[in-house]
Amino acid sequence: MANEVRKGIVTAVHSAKAGHPGGSLSAADVFTYLYFEEMNIDPKDPKNPDRDRFVLSKGHTAPGYYSAMAHRGYFPVEDLVTLRHLGSHLQGHPCMQHIPGIDMSSGSLGQGISAAVGMALAGKMDKKDYRVYTLLGDGEIQEGQVWEASMFAGHRKLDNLVVIVDNNGLQIDGNIADVCSPYPIDKKFEAFNFHVINVADGNDMDQLRAAFKEARETKGMPTAIIMKTVKGKGVSYMENQASWHGTAPNDEQYAVAMADLEKVGEALCQK
Amino acid sequence: MSEVKKIATRESYGKALAELGAEHEDLVVLDADLAGATKTGVFKKAFPDRHIDCGIAECNMMGIAAGLSTTGKVPFASTFAMFASGRAFEQVRNSIGYPHMNVKIGATHAGISVGEDGASHQCNEDLALMRTIPGMVVINPSDDIEARAAVRAAYEYVGPVYLRFGRLAVPVINDNPDYKFEIGKGVTLREGTDLTIIATGLCVNSALEAAQMLEKDGVSAKVINIHTIKPLDEELVVAAAKATGKVVTVEEHSIIGGLGGAVCETLSEKAPTPVLRIGVKDVFGESGPAVALLHKYQLDGEGVYAQIKEWI
Repeated sequence: MANEVRKGIVTAVHSAKAGHPGGSLSAADVFTYLYFEEMNIDPKDPKNPDRDRFVLSKGHTAPGYYSAMAHRGYFPVEDLVTLRHLGSHLQGHPCMQHIPGIDMSSGSLGQGISAAVGMALAGKMDKKDYRVYTLLGDGEIQEGQVWEASMFAGHRKLDNLVVIVDNNGLQIDGNIADVCSPYPIDKKFEAFNFHVINVADGNDMDQLRAAFKEARETKGMPTAIIMKTVKGKGVSYMENQASWHGTAPNDEQYAVAMADLEKVGEALCQK
Repeated sequence: MSEVKKIATRESYGKALAELGAEHEDLVVLDADLAGATKTGVFKKAFPDRHIDCGIAECNMMGIAAGLSTTGKVPFASTFAMFASGRAFEQVRNSIGYPHMNVKIGATHAGISVGEDGASHQCNEDLALMRTIPGMVVINPSDDIEARAAVRAAYEYVGPVYLRFGRLAVPVINDNPDYKFEIGKGVTLREGTDLTIIATGLCVNSALEAAQMLEKDGVSAKVINIHTIKPLDEELVVAAAKATGKVVTVEEHSIIGGLGGAVCETLSEKAPTPVLRIGVKDVFGESGPAVALLHKYQLDGEGVYAQIKEWI
């Protein structure tokens, strides 16, 4: 399924002639895992008060989010080609008023995590069992608000909250370690009273599964999952290239990308 | 004048929250380490489980309020006007305004009447900032009665509301049995024929005092209290402008972008009328006792009277 989500990403961004394929592809596996395995959700009942919540704090990777949601049944997969088009419900960054199932509008980095913390706090106040997941970019954690929110979540012992950091190592201006290093990421979250899980390969479903199981079993503190991923994962020429952060493939590049993903798909089928 | 009852609207905010909290389980209050000053401490005492102190982190507080509101709670996020509208502007715009969250922002210590803290804390820009956010209701009550009514109305309204309160105790002027608060509806406090003074917040009292002084000079001034800056009561403003031919706006806020700006925008399109904007004249404030500052910046009755006399 993650491969289908990837094809949706590439197709949407190609059609939009704009968007953010790199970070969408690095997170395609976690989007797929969350929406197809982890979360207690029902596309037919997107407002259920007991549902699990997801906030895409790195809102620019909407193509990955939309592709996972479409494949999960929130809206037709065919809609993905309308991404960023005038009049489309698929805005450049997620808008909760346009799409049922989006729990929070986002796009301005650093803000989504605070809303997720608010949702987790409400769950505790109302003694509900739902869980809240939020996905951040590794560049995004340069925003100070991320740490305001983390301090609060740690202080309030919000063990129904999982903060996921997509550590693909690249931001617009280059390598995160060169631009303004957020490392060590794990020690920072530990210092803010999080249980921290490092995932060596965040593009590996089994490793993701194990990490989220450990998060579910963690009581008395929020969990941060820091997953090493490959930006542009699955498309040969996009992998580990900062230049593919916010660029759309042309027709020729699109054909190559889809061929790459077809190959991956065939290999998966033979497994 | 010493027998006039005076209450700071931040006190009204705290009391109104505690009253409403008793009626509504879904009301929650957030603060950023200023519960004593914003008076949300009054609510905290009554409902400690529903008072969330976020520490000195206003941007995060706005985001948490947004998240809480998605679950059906009605959060009142409270801090000084400077930080609510200034520091956290983009969080208010993107996390609360854009998704049209049912979040109320209780902003206290607005304007130069903050007093001794000085310019860093005297926010004269909040009405302008908040007014530009699509769908945001902006309310600036004039006294205790109006402030408490505004908090109640904000709770009942579904959508984002910015409420502006002051630190200084101000005279109670709306204690009449006919007083009724309605979001977006201005209140005519005095009839007049030569000009209209449109005032907001603590300057409504200054406008009433100025109108009395003008009367002695033979100038008949109509006085309108605009407690809701957005949506502006355009009908009332336009009718008054047409009837009196001259308009004066009075606010404890920059003359740029607040009540004066809103009235000029409306009148220039719908009923071009000469307007005098009285307010803080595109300068920063300074330290000093609140009453002395209001006098120096010509926002008390005397100052408003003097500026109008010079203009007409």
